Amino acid sequence: MDLNARIPSGPISEKWDKHRFDLKLVNPANKRKFKVIVVGSGLAGASAAATLAELGYHVDCFCFQDSPRRAHSIAAQGGINAAKNYPNDGDSVYRLFYDTVKGGDYRAREANVYRLAQISNQIIDQCASQGVPFAREYGGQLANRSFGGAQVSRTFYARGQTGQQLLLGAYSALERMIGAKKVKMHPRTEMLDLVLVNGHARGIVTRNLITGTIESHSADAVVLATGGYGNVFYLSTNAMASNVTAAYRCYKRGAGFANPCFTQIHPTCIPVSGDYQSKLTLMSESLRNDGRVWVPKDKADCRKAPKDIPPSARDYYLERKYPAFGNLVPRDVASRAAKEAVDSGRSVLDQGRSAVYLDFETAIARDGKDAIADRYGNLFDMYERISGENPYTTPMRIYPAVHYTMGGLWVDYNLMSTIPGLHVLGEANFSDHGANRLGASALMQGLADGYFVIPYTIGNYLATAKQGDVNTDHPAFKDAEKAAQDKLKRLLNVGGDKSVDYFHRKLGVDIMWEHCGMARDKQGLEKALQMIPELRERFWREIRVPGSSSEVNLWLEKANRVADFLEFGEIMCLDALNREESAGGHFRLEHQTADGEAKRDDENYAYGAVWEYKGDGVAPALNKEPYTFEYVKLATRNYA
Amino acid sequence: MSDETMRITLHVWRQKGPNDRGSLQSYKTEANPHMSFLEMLDVLNEQLLSKNEDPIAFDHDCREGICGMCSMVINGRPHGPRNATTTCQLHMRSFKDGDEIYIEPWQAKAFPIIKDLMVDRSAFDRVIASGGYISVGTGGAPDANAIPIGKKQADEAFDYAACIGCGACVAACPNASAMLFVGAKVAHLSKFPQGQVERKGRALNMVAAMDTEGFGACTNHGECASACPKEIPLEAIMVLNREYARAQLSGGED
Repeated sequence: MDLNARIPSGPISEKWDKHRFDLKLVNPANKRKFKVIVVGSGLAGASAAATLAELGYHVDCFCFQDSPRRAHSIAAQGGINAAKNYPNDGDSVYRLFYDTVKGGDYRAREANVYRLAQISNQIIDQCASQGVPFAREYGGQLANRSFGGAQVSRTFYARGQTGQQLLLGAYSALERMIGAKKVKMHPRTEMLDLVLVNGHARGIVTRNLITGTIESHSADAVVLATGGYGNVFYLSTNAMASNVTAAYRCYKRGAGFANPCFTQIHPTCIPVSGDYQSKLTLMSESLRNDGRVWVPKDKADCRKAPKDIPPSARDYYLERKYPAFGNLVPRDVASRAAKEAVDSGRSVLDQGRSAVYLDFETAIARDGKDAIADRYGNLFDMYERISGENPYTTPMRIYPAVHYTMGGLWVDYNLMSTIPGLHVLGEANFSDHGANRLGASALMQGLADGYFVIPYTIGNYLATAKQGDVNTDHPAFKDAEKAAQDKLKRLLNVGGDKSVDYFHRKLGVDIMWEHCGMARDKQGLEKALQMIPELRERFWREIRVPGSSSEVNLWLEKANRVADFLEFGEIMCLDALNREESAGGHFRLEHQTADGEAKRDDENYAYGAVWEYKGDGVAPALNKEPYTFEYVKLATRNYA
Repeated sequence: MSDETMRITLHVWRQKGPNDRGSLQSYKTEANPHMSFLEMLDVLNEQLLSKNEDPIAFDHDCREGICGMCSMVINGRPHGPRNATTTCQLHMRSFKDGDEIYIEPWQAKAFPIIKDLMVDRSAFDRVIASGGYISVGTGGAPDANAIPIGKKQADEAFDYAACIGCGACVAACPNASAMLFVGAKVAHLSKFPQGQVERKGRALNMVAAMDTEGFGACTNHGECASACPKEIPLEAIMVLNREYARAQLSGGED
């Protein structure tokens, strides 16, 4: 597997400029001769589709939702980082770069992260010009707030709905291009396979989710922006239909899958309330600007009402353990500390359920209820709707939940995977966040990739690939269509007695969360690697999928996705088992310091682990992209 | 809060496809107050699956009230009884033991039924494509602080921009009008300096697209705003009427 990252030479601050000059261009008149497929319409997909169409390419864009505006980027709450340094508090491109590499626990590629920090400022300008209603100060300037893992205020936001507003900006740009007939949009259409001709990505096979028709689409290049795989855990903050199928199908066609074990557990989510739970809801990390996290010092106080526990009897454990960052430590650190508090018997929920308090009493006393409502009103309302409790008067109960996946398909500096012509953007790739993503960096990356990276780099591919015309009559399309159809038929024909949710829950809750969740060890991972194939085998023997494949069939859609999760989960566990160190969101119990902090092994594991498909029933091959750090000094992360 | 089991009778609209006649079917199920409304339906669907019956098809995705995918008329009200709450954020604690609940799809000519409770809302996308944007290509935008925008103005724009495109306004309107949806986008963009250039064309084109799609006219019932889960102000319609009149009177040229 060729893992040449194609990082341009020269000083890090000049790489991107130099690279943009070196990239081959497609003449404006020739752009209309190329067709690009964009799969996914979230921040990365919508911004890429709109921008590529503006440049003159023919774009076909696909999403499984009923409208491109519903992609899961819409649910991001807190904000988007940029190195504008508007507050004059010492921020710079270099500092954003540095914080992101450090926050990722030194498991990301320096050159990509630097470019991300450089582009961050253009994103804010672009979005403001689209009419994104960012929060503003009275003087009319943009407002900033601080987020975990940073000591400067560089986060731009739109109340607690930043993702929604940024996505609607990208969606409006996309709709403008749809209206101009430069983009053909295919909503309610799910990608089931990638098609390669002559070793290059030349199209996809899809299923129309209304009619059930299996269709082929050919193009000169494919852009995958299909998000993360957090739903392998069944319960996560992801939308219900978010899945790994598109990325996993590309993996099976030869794209390397990098660092799948790097998953982010978000510290502030509404706790699980019962067995019927279908998903978990995030409470924005921005709440940690004003909320204080605590549990009672004494186990015996856990069933008392919080107002009856005096401040002296409360353990504000983040402030105690990490005085410099306090409640604003990075997500992985905050999550593990919550688990530690609950594991010490101090959960503030009963019946074996886990939770800690996030308390706004101090902030309300200091700034007044109105100021807090202005900052977080919609989040407080959301909490109240779900929990039935009023966070203005009683602390929120929160607990970590799966939120984001840093791992993804391996890409080079041009965002191209190991399959020529297949480009991967946003959460679906692995490039920028290392082992832990800082808050407000996902929106930045999605839009950087879509608005400002792929429009340049795809031109270079199209100008140099010279692959000639291919249409959907090619046997590679017919074969992929047949394989997709056969799989659906097989699912419908099992005729067992268990539902798809039964298997999804077993995989996610009983195996992945239990053994590949917030803390992992060799024994548990080996057990998981034994359990997954057993469960997969049962799935193909006992599942019952109602209806047929030639109609709306939500259960068939889901079964097809879960079938892929049942294979993909194994690669995650293999990766977690291979990585004999703790880094960011990947915490191996065997590798921790005396105070329970993550212990990296830079000598042996400073590499991206890239898994290569070798056939069904055969172990995937491990390839390595070594990370070299020329600018950021490798150090133990210290937030104390 | 009680954890007591609630016995619920549901009357759900079942329709196999766009050309099927459809009818209300009754189901008995159990729930607990902490469940979301959709989780209650998940549990019912699991029961239907185990009896080899066709489960109920409904749209949903984020389940946190922001993607706008869920769409059900619950006891005659889009998104159910709770103000400012989408169906996915509605919890069973809003109901009581023994309740009978009627669940129907959005009903509007412009939103044809696909199956059961799923409808086709692509008309909304086409209305946005006709002018719901600021025509700024990627690249070359001035510094974001170069054009100051007052906090009040930005906050008001946000109130309109908060629309999730769910279509509850259309479902609630006796005329199935989309004036609140269109008004929200027109009002959002007209608040910003960047939105001024295309102001007239936007109002005219979006209204024309709305009519083409078969949405009805507004006769000032205000049901749209009271059903809106994001509390888009009814003033959006006033703004739209004003923007439309202004564009027409000045010949529609930007």
